[in-house]
Amino acid sequence: MSYRNDPYDPKQVALLDPAALAEAVADATKAFEAAADPDALTALRSVHLGDRSPVSLARREIGALPPAAKSDAGKRVNEARRAIESAYAERAEVVEREQAERVLVEERVDVTLPYDRRPRGARHPLSTLMESISDLFVGMGYEVAEGPEVDLEWVNFDALNIPADHPARGLMDTFHIAPEGSGLVLRTHTSTVQTRTMLSRKPPIYVIVPGRVYRTDEIDATHSPVFHQAEGLVVDKGITMAHLRGTLDHFARAMFGPEAKTRWRPHYFPFTEPSAEFDVWFPEHRDGPQWVEWGGCGMVNPRVLRACGVDPEVYSGFAFGMGIDRTLMVRHGVSDIRHLFEGDVRFSRALGTGA
Amino acid sequence: MRVSVSWLREYVDLPADLPTGDLEQALVDLGIEVESVVDLAETVTGQLVVGEVREIEELTGFKKPIRFCRVDVGAANGTGEPQEIVCGARNFAPGDRVVVILPGGVLPGGFAIGARKTYGHNSAGMICSAKELGLGDDHSGIIVLGSDVTAKPGDDARPVVGLDDVVLDLEITPDRGYALSLRGLARELSHAFDVPLRDPALAPAPGGTETPAYPVEVRDTVGCDRFTARLVRGVDPTAPTPSWMQQRLVTAGIRSISLPVDITNYVMLELGQPMHAFDADRIAGPLVVRRADAGEKLTTLDGVNRVLTGDDMVICDDTGPISLAAVMGGETSEVVAGTTTVLFEAAHWDPAMVGRTARRHKLFSEAAKRWERGVDPAVALVALERAVRLLAEHGGGTPSAEILDIDHVRPRTPISLPADLPTRRVGVEYPPARVVALLERVGCTVAQGADRLSEDPGAVGVASGVGTVLSVTPPTWRPDLTDPADLVEEVVRLDGYDRVPSVLPTAPPGRGLTPRQRRRRAVAGSLAERGYVEVLAHPFVSPELADQLGLPADDPRRPAVRLANPLSEEEPLLRTTLLGPLLGILKRNLGRGHRDLALYEIGAVFHPRLGAGSPPAMGVDRRPTDEEFAAADAVVPAQPVHVAVVLSGDLDPAGWWGAGRPAGWADAIEAARDVLAAAGIPDERVEVRAAEYAPWHPGRCAELRVDGSVVGHAGELHPVVVAALELPRRTSAMELNLDTLPPTPVTPAPTVSGFPPALIDVALVVDESVPAEQVRRALEAGAGELLEDVRLFDVYSGAQLGAGRRSLAYKLTFRAPDRTLTVEEAVAARDAAVAVAAERLGATLRGA
Repeated sequence: MSYRNDPYDPKQVALLDPAALAEAVADATKAFEAAADPDALTALRSVHLGDRSPVSLARREIGALPPAAKSDAGKRVNEARRAIESAYAERAEVVEREQAERVLVEERVDVTLPYDRRPRGARHPLSTLMESISDLFVGMGYEVAEGPEVDLEWVNFDALNIPADHPARGLMDTFHIAPEGSGLVLRTHTSTVQTRTMLSRKPPIYVIVPGRVYRTDEIDATHSPVFHQAEGLVVDKGITMAHLRGTLDHFARAMFGPEAKTRWRPHYFPFTEPSAEFDVWFPEHRDGPQWVEWGGCGMVNPRVLRACGVDPEVYSGFAFGMGIDRTLMVRHGVSDIRHLFEGDVRFSRALGTGA
Repeated sequence: MRVSVSWLREYVDLPADLPTGDLEQALVDLGIEVESVVDLAETVTGQLVVGEVREIEELTGFKKPIRFCRVDVGAANGTGEPQEIVCGARNFAPGDRVVVILPGGVLPGGFAIGARKTYGHNSAGMICSAKELGLGDDHSGIIVLGSDVTAKPGDDARPVVGLDDVVLDLEITPDRGYALSLRGLARELSHAFDVPLRDPALAPAPGGTETPAYPVEVRDTVGCDRFTARLVRGVDPTAPTPSWMQQRLVTAGIRSISLPVDITNYVMLELGQPMHAFDADRIAGPLVVRRADAGEKLTTLDGVNRVLTGDDMVICDDTGPISLAAVMGGETSEVVAGTTTVLFEAAHWDPAMVGRTARRHKLFSEAAKRWERGVDPAVALVALERAVRLLAEHGGGTPSAEILDIDHVRPRTPISLPADLPTRRVGVEYPPARVVALLERVGCTVAQGADRLSEDPGAVGVASGVGTVLSVTPPTWRPDLTDPADLVEEVVRLDGYDRVPSVLPTAPPGRGLTPRQRRRRAVAGSLAERGYVEVLAHPFVSPELADQLGLPADDPRRPAVRLANPLSEEEPLLRTTLLGPLLGILKRNLGRGHRDLALYEIGAVFHPRLGAGSPPAMGVDRRPTDEEFAAADAVVPAQPVHVAVVLSGDLDPAGWWGAGRPAGWADAIEAARDVLAAAGIPDERVEVRAAEYAPWHPGRCAELRVDGSVVGHAGELHPVVVAALELPRRTSAMELNLDTLPPTPVTPAPTVSGFPPALIDVALVVDESVPAEQVRRALEAGAGELLEDVRLFDVYSGAQLGAGRRSLAYKLTFRAPDRTLTVEEAVAARDAAVAVAAERLGATLRGA
């Protein structure tokens, strides 16, 4: 600080000379321009704007000037200081931007490095397919019904109008539970749940039954002793085959695309009358658009209704069943049913992550 | 059923130039599955000619006898010289005419015929069997043409053996026995093409005579409601079966045996009536038709000595049973080489009885197949007439004037069919006249019944309304038509299934998935998100598995449901734990080169109801009562749904980022806790305790408890189990019973405080035997409501703590819902927490 009574020093007064101030500004600007990064620039700030900087020293001398000169000198010093500060700020913006850009370049990584630290899990594609079938029908107001895999022969056969001596029972390739006369089988179809559903609740009944079933088929590319079916059962007043067709068409479109449709062939099932097998038109089949055998269906046989306690005079119903494994195989072009049950992680990972 | 189109055309006027595709479609639309349609003319290419065997040289010194033949093929080979052919069959002699395919020809299956050296001789072409020509399954010898064949050597053999025909291979559903005959198929096709039918069953046939053709007594008219028989005397035993008949039998897959037997089979194919031919001279005394006595014995035509049961029906003479009725004849009375007196039998048997007998004796003959599916009881006499005429024509002999007919067939009762029932069931408008016309077309007799309300209210399947009721008597050949629904099917089938419109029914509002179903999905999804891969194993396991898993003798997982007829005798049991099959899949994956594996399965396990016995018998004429069904249901094995995981290798794999982390016991326990969390069980109701439970490592096994009940186990597998199952070291696993979990509660919302937390670390020194779980519980109990979180961040043991001691370092997070906690409040809570740990578990603050 200078005070009025400080000894007068001509050299210092010279600092207020306009030329000297201009030189200070020029020096500072030049120095700032030379600073390459924010640190270097910061270091220059005290030199050109700090207490010992030319502009600061010049300001200190203003007090020594005659009052008439003070205002003028003050203005000059302030202008010089503002010029330096502005040069500093300009440069700071540049070096900070350059610095930020440099950092981004330096921090570059190879984003194509494989990052698979958490191996992906997967649902089994049959599970997801069963769930999407369930969801489709739940969306239509159905409920998902279930039943045991080992069940009573009466439930699997007798109640479904397949008497003990009927050839249809022989065609079912049934796993029987020991000992002989146990009255138990591994269910050969999900139709067991038809029986159980009708026994346990009153119409109207709208259920979908996805589940596991068993036949004594030796394992090969197209056969498995364990496979899966989805069975639909509707029992209500005034149900007709037209309702069955409407339901199957809707189901087919959901599974095989908007162009899908169904075709019926008369067939025989003891538990439905009339009965049909149905094919589905699959435009995106691996081997070109074609009809694919899909399942069996029909109007619930009044004998079945009666055995399950539903009055066939009042109610009628339809039932349909189709192979889920087969649906999956057709949709995805799976050539060997063994892939579904061998449990190779490659199979589930490839197919079991979507819906 | 395999049948040629030319034969069908004898009974139905099919369009002359009918494309096979149209024929196939027509059959499919009728409900007859078409396995194949083969235009035989296209199956054999090149020169297939008639040859006459000139010389046979027997070649010896080979593994089997071989013949070197010189066969006259006329000018067909271009030289006129006999064709030299090596042949392995032996059923022919010089002078026989045979079927020869010359070099350049191709047999079915792409089998190209050339000239080659074999068994030391040049062989140019081949003498064919029926099987090689695709004409049947007979490969017992080559085809030897009958003497009635007029073709000369060198002639095209195709028309001679029927290779100018179209053969249909049809799959007939079990309800339609009548379609296992030409008669039935022709009737069906007449519907499809709307062309005239010439029903061979309408041929005139004389009725039974006062004097029987042979004395027969039918003692069980339930098992046998019709028995007809007629004799043919003076038959030439050497008369061959005409080749046209042989061909048709061969096409149908039936071997030609002798003229009388071939005739019975031919008539069966034509009319659907299985028959039997006895050698009347080899029968002793009158025939008796009765149930067998249990233990009675009979040697059937196939040479098998069979022990009979009281349910089988037999035909007996004075010596005892000579025929297993409806299924297979016996050796002692069969037609043999010298038979001159033939007794034809055409009967009608109880289908259920035949089915049981066929299954019991594993005799699924063509006859049994037809009986089971239903045979027309009215056609017996026509069949008999057809058979005796054929035999007289081709084998000489004189049919007896006497005809036996014991007829206890009951007339069919009409079915009452409301005329509008087809419309109401199908959703297509069928005018009553149309219904009547279609039913008459399948052979029904339809009469207009009275108004149903005035006649028999309630018994005919009509919900309401007044309408015409038809009285429908099905034809005798349709025993499958018994109910109104069966008639509805005939209407829609003949009218066309493609006419049924597409209408979506409206279901009442549904309730969505059940909590149990939602829980299974949540569990499955959470494991998949955690990196586990879902698999679906077969549930079949070996009896040794229980030992390999080290299950104690009284373990409830030892008793297993056993299959009476397993696919593999090695795996006759159903799983009682998911782990066996799941570990099998783990091994399969390892075998395929996968190293780091985390698998899971959700599925049923099976626990037998020990001592439950057999379910009570239940009928189907009414619903069983709740008590009856409950008693039966109590026999059904318990089948809880389990979830299991297995782990081996690294859970976090090694990579460019650094080392991997091997999967172990802790991951298995974490998986169990994840499952419980996904199942909606709040953490505070879950407890993890050390346990000793097979197949886990006794020091590395946790039991998971919910509300104090054990719901499953997790940890590392026992080294002995790992060794027994040849698994990688440290293989870990978890299995929980999802069905024992309590329902998902409605969780109260937590208080989410916006005030800052106070974090305090404490290190507690406890005895090594004190489980960390108990320390945590003690801290939680002591800290009170201000405690938000307890996190164990370090476990340390070392000399300075003293032997048998360890230090557990926790980060405690305190927070108040309504204020910023002061240091004093947090410290007080910390001290309270430590005090409870000290009191319960002897914990001391480390360094204190």
